[in-house]
Amino acid sequence: MGLSAVTVLGVDRPGVIAAVTGSLAECGANIQDSTMTLLGGHVAMMLLVSGDLDPAELRKRLGAPDLVVTASAIEARRHFCDDGGGAPEGIGYVLTVHGPDRPGIISAVSAVLADDGGNITGMSTRLTGRLYVLIADVDLPKDVDVAALMRRLAVVGASLDSQITFRPVEPDLL
Amino acid sequence: MKGTPREVLGAPHPVLSAVAEPVDPTAPEVMAAAADLLATLRQEPGAAGLAAPQIGLSWRLIAFDAGRHPKARSRAGELVVANPRLAGAAHWNGGREGCASVAGLTADVPRATRITVHGHLPGTGEAVTIEADAFEARCIQHQLDHLDGLLFLDRVPRVLSLHTSLHTCDA
Repeated sequence: MGLSAVTVLGVDRPGVIAAVTGSLAECGANIQDSTMTLLGGHVAMMLLVSGDLDPAELRKRLGAPDLVVTASAIEARRHFCDDGGGAPEGIGYVLTVHGPDRPGIISAVSAVLADDGGNITGMSTRLTGRLYVLIADVDLPKDVDVAALMRRLAVVGASLDSQITFRPVEPDLL
Repeated sequence: MKGTPREVLGAPHPVLSAVAEPVDPTAPEVMAAAADLLATLRQEPGAAGLAAPQIGLSWRLIAFDAGRHPKARSRAGELVVANPRLAGAAHWNGGREGCASVAGLTADVPRATRITVHGHLPGTGEAVTIEADAFEARCIQHQLDHLDGLLFLDRVPRVLSLHTSLHTCDA
């Protein structure tokens, strides 16, 4: 059984999730990982579903012309630690950036992280008034000089007139 | 002393990112600022606290009144504290908070639910110790962060802890 990546975009309204997931179920697709958020008042969903999904059939069953739906079969296998491989190798950090909105904030900050092999595993950005906010979950290789990385982040933050905090995740393992 | 409500600054603003200066609680200008801070808090809808940087003063002054909040347990009442200092903190817990200076966003932020704060009362300069818990403790810690140039955004523990909101409320 294959995997498909489904994306849904449209103006937010009540019932979008119910309609999309209902249509997927009718198509025999099983939702595995999914995420949904609102971007500037637009609903944005990404789903990884198992089953042989026919995009045309999905759109027909959905019957929602206001939603832009794509569905693509993907070759990739799940890259998770389903086999009991344990937690990721890196160390988890949370990055916060806030300051005046301007082009290039994400690229500048993410480039600093990438130079040290940092992997952004989750990210959310919000623009509210003049304030631009970026929060990112970051996995760092264990051998990274975190103090030096933080100094480079501070330099980038200053060049963007933005405040940057970078702190380790404190997981509560119960 | 009757204060005058001032405009609440919104982020981004340099004063909100600066470490505030200690004050002489008996100085007339500090007493006036304390009165203005309180007057601003009283007219700020939904806000349970404010810090002097939020009205453009980089001074270590906070005002809060958590008494009417349904989540409050300790209730010190309406209070302005100069040079507040966190002396004890325990029992961390997460809670959703927003800020009068950050419209449209809230976040689940871990804070101590039991705190001890030392400071001085503006005017007399009398030393005061506040034992706060629950919502009042969260509110005071939020204001203390403002004095150190921090917003609640700087304490968001993970991406999924950030939320959009349709209204603004402080702590």
